Amino acid sequence: MIRLDCPVCGHRDETEFAYLGDATVRRPDPSITDPGTWADFVFLRDNPRGAHCEYWQHVMGCREWLIVNRNTATHQIDSCQLARSVFAGEGTMAASS
Amino acid sequence: MKQQRLIGVTHYSAWSIVRNGLSGNRGWTRAWRDPAPKPAYDVVIVGGGGHGLATAYYLAKEHSLRNIAVIEKGWLGGGNTGRNTTIVRSNYMIPGNTMFYERSMRMWENLSQELNFNVMMSQRGQFHLGHSPAQMDGLRRRGNVMRAHGIDSELMDRAEVMRRLPYLDYSEKARYPIFGAMFQGRAGTARHDAVAWGYARAADRLGVDIIQQCEVTGYLRDGERICGVETTRGPIRAGKVGLAVAGHTSLLAAKAGLRLPIETHALQAFVTEPIKPFIDHVISSGAAHFYISQSDKGGLVLGGDLDGYNSYAQRGGLPEVEHTLASAMALIPCLSRLRLLRHWAGVMDMTMDGSPIIAKTPIEGLYLNGGWCYGGFKATPASGWCFAHTIATDTPHDDNAHFTLSRFERGTQIDEKAAGPQPNMQ
Repeated sequence: MIRLDCPVCGHRDETEFAYLGDATVRRPDPSITDPGTWADFVFLRDNPRGAHCEYWQHVMGCREWLIVNRNTATHQIDSCQLARSVFAGEGTMAASS
Repeated sequence: MKQQRLIGVTHYSAWSIVRNGLSGNRGWTRAWRDPAPKPAYDVVIVGGGGHGLATAYYLAKEHSLRNIAVIEKGWLGGGNTGRNTTIVRSNYMIPGNTMFYERSMRMWENLSQELNFNVMMSQRGQFHLGHSPAQMDGLRRRGNVMRAHGIDSELMDRAEVMRRLPYLDYSEKARYPIFGAMFQGRAGTARHDAVAWGYARAADRLGVDIIQQCEVTGYLRDGERICGVETTRGPIRAGKVGLAVAGHTSLLAAKAGLRLPIETHALQAFVTEPIKPFIDHVISSGAAHFYISQSDKGGLVLGGDLDGYNSYAQRGGLPEVEHTLASAMALIPCLSRLRLLRHWAGVMDMTMDGSPIIAKTPIEGLYLNGGWCYGGFKATPASGWCFAHTIATDTPHDDNAHFTLSRFERGTQIDEKAAGPQPNMQ
């Protein structure tokens, strides 16, 4: 059982959350028309063994989107921040590698 | 030299059992050699599971290559080959999958004879349960596609399923009401370890070097071209390198500079204490994403969904234990007092469309077999056969022509479940 420390609700079981994968993937600039760029965005992932930066949503709680740094080999959680805080520059997004 | 080392190999037969039995079973020879790696091979296959060993076997047998090595970081069949729920079936609907899995099924039917090794193929039939009128329509369509391709499939109504599987929950309150089932009589189970061992022994008899405890740490390059592998037992040059390391494909591809449409996820399986013969078939349910069969030792073997988040940990989390066992209880209430003997997890290559990749990569000299999602075990014979064809001839066979890397960019995904590019939903 993974337990995430939601910044709003506190420590909660993983069953309260939904998972959306790699949070380092960025939607390309909409003006880019190269199909390869969009295919990379939709389909390709680093899929690291170790540190992974990922989206979770607290669907059974505050419904906030979270950015979690978790180790995919040990499931150790290094950080759990509100996604909107990270994108507002208030948090740090660890590189997924 | 080659002749000499093959002479001592025992051909397994009723006669060999009697002869060795009468002589105290001291005459058995080891099933395959344990050679030191040579400096160079024509083809190096990375990954000593069922797929890698099958690939080496068919390269030697069908394409007359003799200078082949299979390199395994642990022991043979210690990854997903030894961790699956051993189900073999060919009930796929989407072009590209249908005939590939049927090729595999036909190979399974003769595999013990082909390998001179009992893989305990048991064609006990598989029921895929339908839990709503819409699901029955879907199963009817799937079954018709199968029958149009010459694959056996029967649609059974509720009364027929009640007669064949009387222990399911047919009550008014059933969590998963049973409207009927699609039945494939040729489907069944096989002994997973025996598949790895059978292919290993058969490949070894054709001169393939099987090298265990040897981890690939990088690639040898000749310009852009890959011309071998760096390993924990030294560099090994190779004309061609084939990856068959599902679960860890992204890691070995990354060492070559490739990013793949794959996420790695953990999938759990369970076995109960052994009981007398009870479940005569394989039973699966689309609604609960649940499957169960009974092993020859009597244990019920069951499994369910992925844990749902990227994981390379070969162990599972408790929420999925609860979910799978709740599914088991909802479908077969009389399981309630059985105790679990073991549960374990393997890590899957989950692709962005739920279908595998058997193809040349954009890097010259590197060939990829991976992305098996839930479906790797049943695919083992055809996967090895098609991958060998792709490596030997540099062109895919018709049956793996759809399993390209470029299908994602080209929009020709094979999304059997229509889940979209969400690996944890496939």
